[in-house]
Amino acid sequence: MDQTLAEKLLSSHAGRPVKAGEFVLARVDWMLMQDGTGPLTVRQFHALEKDALALPERTHVFLDHAAPSPRRELSNDHLFLREFCRTYGAILHEVGEGVCHQIMAERYISPGDLMVGADSHTCTGGGFCAFSTGMGSTDIAIAMALGKTWFLVPESIRVILKGELPKGVVAKDVVLYLIGKLGADGANYKSLEFDGGGIASLDMESRLTIANMAVEAGAKCGLFPSDEVTRAYLETLGREGSYRPFTPDPDASYLREVEIDLSSLVPQVACPHTVDNVFPIGDGSVAGKDVQQVVIGTCTNGRVSDFRMAAEILKGKRRHPSTRLLIVPASQRVLKALMAEGILEVFLEAGATLVTPGCGPCVGVHAGALGDGERCLSTQNRNFKGRMGNPNGEIYLASPLTAAASALTGSITDPRKYL
Amino acid sequence: MELEGRAWIFGDDISTDQITPGRYFHLRSDLEKLAKHVLEDAREDFAKGVLPGDIVVGGRNFGQGSSREHAPTVIKLAGVRAIVAKSVARIFFRNCINIGLPVVMCDTSGIEEGDILSIDLEKGVLEDKTKGFQLSFPPLPDIMTRILREGGLVAHVRRYGDFNLED
Repeated sequence: MDQTLAEKLLSSHAGRPVKAGEFVLARVDWMLMQDGTGPLTVRQFHALEKDALALPERTHVFLDHAAPSPRRELSNDHLFLREFCRTYGAILHEVGEGVCHQIMAERYISPGDLMVGADSHTCTGGGFCAFSTGMGSTDIAIAMALGKTWFLVPESIRVILKGELPKGVVAKDVVLYLIGKLGADGANYKSLEFDGGGIASLDMESRLTIANMAVEAGAKCGLFPSDEVTRAYLETLGREGSYRPFTPDPDASYLREVEIDLSSLVPQVACPHTVDNVFPIGDGSVAGKDVQQVVIGTCTNGRVSDFRMAAEILKGKRRHPSTRLLIVPASQRVLKALMAEGILEVFLEAGATLVTPGCGPCVGVHAGALGDGERCLSTQNRNFKGRMGNPNGEIYLASPLTAAASALTGSITDPRKYL
Repeated sequence: MELEGRAWIFGDDISTDQITPGRYFHLRSDLEKLAKHVLEDAREDFAKGVLPGDIVVGGRNFGQGSSREHAPTVIKLAGVRAIVAKSVARIFFRNCINIGLPVVMCDTSGIEEGDILSIDLEKGVLEDKTKGFQLSFPPLPDIMTRILREGGLVAHVRRYGDFNLED
């Protein structure tokens, strides 16, 4: 039986060959929670009355959403999670280490793994060809107790990428274009599986950006095959030993196919208040809209290559006086690289504000909530009403290049004229 | 399982950020307080007006976004007996079942604010008693019916000590 990537990865964890449409119990390799979902996860774990975690060293707890804590209630949630880790041996990631998805990518997750996380963007791990998906607190609590969970093996949508991206167009534009085409529920319950000659030209950080947003089309996961690009990236992380190649079988069966010619794409912008409300940057509903805040970073676009491209545009220039520029590295490791490469200095000289590695203002808890009537252009993954702390603010989503160009002009700007 | 209640109408793509906004992040360990703001960014009148037994009626892609289980949890805490929508986002759907909140997917376009709805989950029939029409909906997968009937996934695992979903 020829299998999709989702079928292969779930088969290896169910201990038998499985196919789309089946319900399966599968063992999990990694589990994560964060400070927003973690306290409820721990309470649900306690409600099970189990004495121990099934895999404590594979149970990861992140303080990243409200970090450092802006309020005592959240400080108390942090205390509760620290105490849980001390008692049960789960691995704690402290304030400032970075966003859960980035830390898992840097240190732990490998091709072929199965990860479940109490955070919807757990699908980021699909960039490594790991079956990696978000669930709620109860599901994660039970995976923590039993070391396994149940899945409906998803049908897969094959996304064939052809050609190479033109200058000024990057992974974020690809995934925004795809979500615009599929719709916010266009891949609900499905696996998005990327294929085609175009993927060889996408580096690992591009693949992580694309996989990160699979959930914005409703998908359970967004899977890239693992290849030489994956192997080389693992090598830079000192984890080349964990490389394993995975490709879908040639006659695997797909629900449908979507083809994207990368060479024909232009920069894309998602407008309020849904991620599928996507327009090419030249469109009248986007171009020239003034923005009071620009955010570059988060788990979607907070990696070194994202900041390198933004710095290329911002080097030697200043932000527009009416536009705040927030830099949110996805991890401390990324922040150190920005310092070492002189990129941090470029941003500070451009008038940027550095935010602690983590989720930053994306969740609306702190570090950049919008004022009434303000407009923000961000490289994050969601623009839902109220997302950045204020239902009377507007959020536009775009690439780090578009964000950097827009910070310079104070309005949504095509980055290609600056390259 | 049969239930009956009054409909509150919501539109398409209601996100978990509208159900439990990030500005109330600090209330997540105090769910009773968080429930006072339930769905606030979708309809300001909902949290104040919702009564035990009411039914939330959505359009497409209800509950899109975050994995936060607080979203269906505070809807349930506010007294809502069931969610009816044209379609429901994956994680939100699974969370509802796990916490024992019934979800029905059918064409909601004929239902209006305040209509009295009666739902028979086993038979897969929704009746709009105010308008006098019936809709059928596909039953939940066995695995989910079982979790729902046993009062949610925590109750299920407490009962069996493990998953017991295959018979």
